[in-house]
Amino acid sequence: MIGQLPLASFVGAVEFIFSPQESSVTGGKKVGGFDKSMELLLKHLEVTILALAIALVVALPLGLYLGHRGKGEQLAIGLGNAGRAIPELAVIALVAVLIGVGIQNVAPVLAILGVPPILNNAFVGVSQVDRATVDAARGIGMSESAIIRKVELPIAIPTVMGGIRSAAIAILATATIAPLAGVESLGDFIINRNVYGENGLLAGAILVALLALAIEGSLALLQRRLTSDGLKVKTA
Amino acid sequence: MRTDKTRVRVLLAALAALALTLGIAACGGGSDTTGSETSSEEGGSGAAIQSNPENGKVNLTIGSKNFPEQEILGEIYAQALTAAGYKVKSALNLGSETVALKAVKTGQISGYPEYASTALTSFFGLEPEEVPSDATEAWEKANEEFEKEGLEAFEPTPFASANAVGTTKETAEKYGLKTVSDLEGVSEELSLYGSPECRQRIDCLAGLEKLYGLKFKSFTPVDIGLRYTVLEKGQANLSILFTTDPQLSAESDKFVILEDDKKVFPAGNVIFVTAQKVAEEAGPDYEKTILQVQEGLDLKVVQELDARVELEKETPKQAATAYLESAGYIGS
Repeated sequence: MIGQLPLASFVGAVEFIFSPQESSVTGGKKVGGFDKSMELLLKHLEVTILALAIALVVALPLGLYLGHRGKGEQLAIGLGNAGRAIPELAVIALVAVLIGVGIQNVAPVLAILGVPPILNNAFVGVSQVDRATVDAARGIGMSESAIIRKVELPIAIPTVMGGIRSAAIAILATATIAPLAGVESLGDFIINRNVYGENGLLAGAILVALLALAIEGSLALLQRRLTSDGLKVKTA
Repeated sequence: MRTDKTRVRVLLAALAALALTLGIAACGGGSDTTGSETSSEEGGSGAAIQSNPENGKVNLTIGSKNFPEQEILGEIYAQALTAAGYKVKSALNLGSETVALKAVKTGQISGYPEYASTALTSFFGLEPEEVPSDATEAWEKANEEFEKEGLEAFEPTPFASANAVGTTKETAEKYGLKTVSDLEGVSEELSLYGSPECRQRIDCLAGLEKLYGLKFKSFTPVDIGLRYTVLEKGQANLSILFTTDPQLSAESDKFVILEDDKKVFPAGNVIFVTAQKVAEEAGPDYEKTILQVQEGLDLKVVQELDARVELEKETPKQAATAYLESAGYIGS
């Protein structure tokens, strides 16, 4: 309720995540709880991963290619920046009206958010690889595609992964509006305040934040694994 | 030099505008009376609202929740009270009922229109099946509870608004659907779409499952604005609609609603919720005016008003004025 102490609301939200709570509009059936939280969390994760995968397929090859050629900076950066300005809520509403609802329509819309950071970072990362290194690779007879795969991409990994991590977080955060178009993500707790109350609202926010940390953490680990030993900053 | 002159001119213009506004406000009472005389000659159904100079001392703020039907109702009450001589401001975008009720309690608004069923279930914890189907009974029950909190609710409107299971005429004919009970045996083949909160609400999917014992092929949450789109596009076999939806009268050849034969969706007549203190200070014309102008609000009239705003893109203000004028409450 409004006026509760922040700590009390936090405790209420945590309770909501683990055990079902009373609601005034459900006719006595309790809402929330661990099973429901996990169900929504998995759906949230599913739509996020699907959207990220679409964004990767579209943006990563294009960014790498443009960066390798050192051309199309306007395209890579301009398109990227324009993509950031698109209001997702409006696009989801439009797609829902024109094409339809459901995960197969929501994921591509969310993917729009992932394209700009992936495209930008792939372009910048690859185009900043030392030209002497690239020339050397060409000199020993590597094909252009092998240069991208074996020389430029490995060197650009920290930057490329940075873009993918931004994309993942942007998609994850925006997936909270997915229940408006037929996909029951964690946004369900946040949007339906009349059903879940303040505890549900906060619980939804906490779960989204935890999921964001988990994804960020896994991608950071992946980045460490992918980065060549020679590029790692030695701390010890 | 030139800039100085411009400044003086702007200042003069501002002063002139101010004087004009004050002038209009000052003679507001007089012109209202003349206006109402003409309108009663037009033969509208309601008697014209009389302006009472006493009311000029009272400031009122009329609120509403933030969807078209509520905004129209808010405008109707606000304009009628202005015609009765009150100084009226409006705040017609108050989000959910929780926000609106809080605004009344804290005195940020004088009052707002609420559905009796929503008040009983959302504020006072009644189950939908406990909501009296009789409008007067529901109002009395809600008023009892409101009075405990220093509030009061005026008598209900003639029209009621409720959720309803809707479908296309085609689907209804194909499966022979007239009532919600007719869905027994076929609902497993049919997909249902509704607002995200519908799944859990007892006056929505939860009630259809529990009280009718229905199972649907699937339930898909969508934004409330898409409730007709999903039917039109053939994505949904069934969709949760509102009985006051203008589409039901404007496109009655396309959409039908199924009769709620087991009363899962409590019908809400609108009651105007206000603080007792405000009602006392505002005098008898406050309640009288509100009850007077809502007399003409039956289901058909409200559907038409909703249609003006939702389908014909008039503003709620325009729709409210048109209603008040055509019914003869204010002069045109």
